[in-house]
Amino acid sequence: MRAAIAAENLTVSYDDFLALDDVSIDVASGESFGLVGESGSGKSTLLRAIAGLAPVSDGRIALDGETLDARYRDKAFYRRVQMVFQDPYGSLHPRQTVDRLLQEPLAIHGVRDAERRILRALDEVGLGSSFRFRYSHQLSGGQRQRIAIARALIIEPEIMLLDEPTSALDASVQAEVLNLLEQVRRDRKLTYIMVSHDLGVVTHMCERLAVMKSGKVVERLSSGDLVAGRISEAYTKNLMVASKGFVRKAALA
Amino acid sequence: MNPMLTVDDLRVSFPTRTGLIEAVRGVSFTLGRERLGIVGESGSGKSQTGRAIMGLTPAHARISASKLNFDGTDLLTAPAKVRRSLRGSRIAMILQDPKYSLNPVMSIGRQIVETLRTHENVGKREARDRAIAMLEAVQIRDAGRVFDLHPHEVSGGMGQRAMIAMMLIAGPELLIADEPTSALDVTVQLDVLGILDKLVAERGMGLIFISHDLRLVSSFCDRVIVMYAGRIVEEIAAVDLANAKHPYTQGLLNCMPTLGTDRHPLPVLDRKPEWAA
Repeated sequence: MRAAIAAENLTVSYDDFLALDDVSIDVASGESFGLVGESGSGKSTLLRAIAGLAPVSDGRIALDGETLDARYRDKAFYRRVQMVFQDPYGSLHPRQTVDRLLQEPLAIHGVRDAERRILRALDEVGLGSSFRFRYSHQLSGGQRQRIAIARALIIEPEIMLLDEPTSALDASVQAEVLNLLEQVRRDRKLTYIMVSHDLGVVTHMCERLAVMKSGKVVERLSSGDLVAGRISEAYTKNLMVASKGFVRKAALA
Repeated sequence: MNPMLTVDDLRVSFPTRTGLIEAVRGVSFTLGRERLGIVGESGSGKSQTGRAIMGLTPAHARISASKLNFDGTDLLTAPAKVRRSLRGSRIAMILQDPKYSLNPVMSIGRQIVETLRTHENVGKREARDRAIAMLEAVQIRDAGRVFDLHPHEVSGGMGQRAMIAMMLIAGPELLIADEPTSALDVTVQLDVLGILDKLVAERGMGLIFISHDLRLVSSFCDRVIVMYAGRIVEEIAAVDLANAKHPYTQGLLNCMPTLGTDRHPLPVLDRKPEWAA
C-alpha cells in the first residue's frame, strides 16, 4: 500500500534545541499509526510538523507521494488533513456557539450545504441537534472533545492527526471518545496518526507505532509485538512497566 | 483504638445563580493509620471531600457534617487559628500540578523552609539542613543545588517531589494526596508513587489518595472508597477490587484499554439514575 503520509529525515529545531532529530515515518492509507514517548520526546512536534505548525528545518513531508512545501500549506491540504488537540478546554472558542464553531471550517473551505453538514456532524459524534446553540462552557470535557472531533470531521478529511485526544478526560469518558474515534474511522476509512503517552490507548487504537525519545524514533513495532513483549529497546520496556501501574517493591521481593 | 479521622454525613454545597449545587452529599468514613483511596470521575465530589478535611472549602460554600473529627478536634467548629495550626503541620495536602501549586517567585528551598519555620521553632541553619535532608529523602540528587532553584527551573517530576518534601517536612500525621501524579509522565509517575509509598510507610502516616484512576489507587491503597455524584457508592478492600459489586465500580474497572486485551468497542458506563439517588 502506498504511504498516505510520509515524513523523511524530518528535523525541527527551536534555536539550539533539536525537537525532532532526523525522524522518518510512513503511514499507509487507512492505517492507524501511534506515536508514544514521554513529555519532550518530540511526539507532538512530529504531529505539528506534519500539520505545518512547527518550523521544519530539514527533511520532507509527503502527502500521497507529493512533497509538501516546508512552510506553506494550502487549503487543499487542510481539506484532507485535520487535527484534534489535547485539551478541549483550550481548543474551542469560548465565546462562540457550537453552531458557529462548526460553521467556521465550512466557511473557510467554501462548503455549501452547511445546515445539513452540521446536523450530520453532531449526529455522528453522538450529540444531537440540541447541542447546536450551546457554548463550550456549557459542555462537559467529553462533550467538548466530541465537538472538536465534529469540527475536524465536518469537511470530510482523509487523515486525522490526534494529539492526546483523551488524556484530559476521565477514564470512563475516554472509553466513549475512543469508541467514537474507532467508529468514524471505520465508517469513513480514515487514516489516523495518534499521539499518546498511554500504551494501553495506543495499542487499542493503532496497528503500528513508533516509540520516541529525545526527538528520535527509538523503536518501531506493531501493537501485537508490543503486547507480546517482543521489544528490543530498554526504553520501551520502561514504558511498558510504567503502564502496568504501581507495584509495591516489598510485594515483589 | 480510636480512628484518627472520623467523617460522618459530610455535605458540601455551592450556591449558584441556577440553584444549589450539591458537590458532596452525605459522605461518611473513618481513617486510621492506613492508606485510603477515594476514586471517582470529575465532579464526583472526591476533591471537595479532601478539601473539606483540609479546611480549604471556598468561603461561599456551605459545609455541614454531623461529625468531622480529627484526633479529638472538631474541625467544623474549630476556630480559624486552630485550623491553621493543624493545616500543614498535622494535616498536609499534595496537589495535582506542581506547575500551579508551587510559588513561582520563591526558590524551592525557601518554600520548604517557610513551611517548616511556620510550624516549628527552628533556626535558619537547622531549617536549611532539614530541608536539604528532606529533598534527599524524596530522592532528589544534588539537593543542595535544587534548594536554590525556582520551580520553573525543574521538571514536573522534580517539582512534585519538592512538593512532597514540603508537605512532609513538618511531619504530618495525615496526608491528603489529590491526584498527585496525574500531571506527570508515566515513567515519572511510578518513581513519585514509590517515594510517597516509602515515606508514608516509614512515618506511619494516614493517607487519603484521591484519584480518578481506580487501578492505580487499588495498587497503592489498603481500602478504596468509590464516589459517584457526591455519594459513596461502594467501599471495598483494595485486594477485593476484582469482586466489586456496584456496576459503577465494575464500569470504571473495565473501561480502561489495557495491554493485551482486545475489546472493540470498549465497554462504556451505562449511567443509571438510581446510582445518584
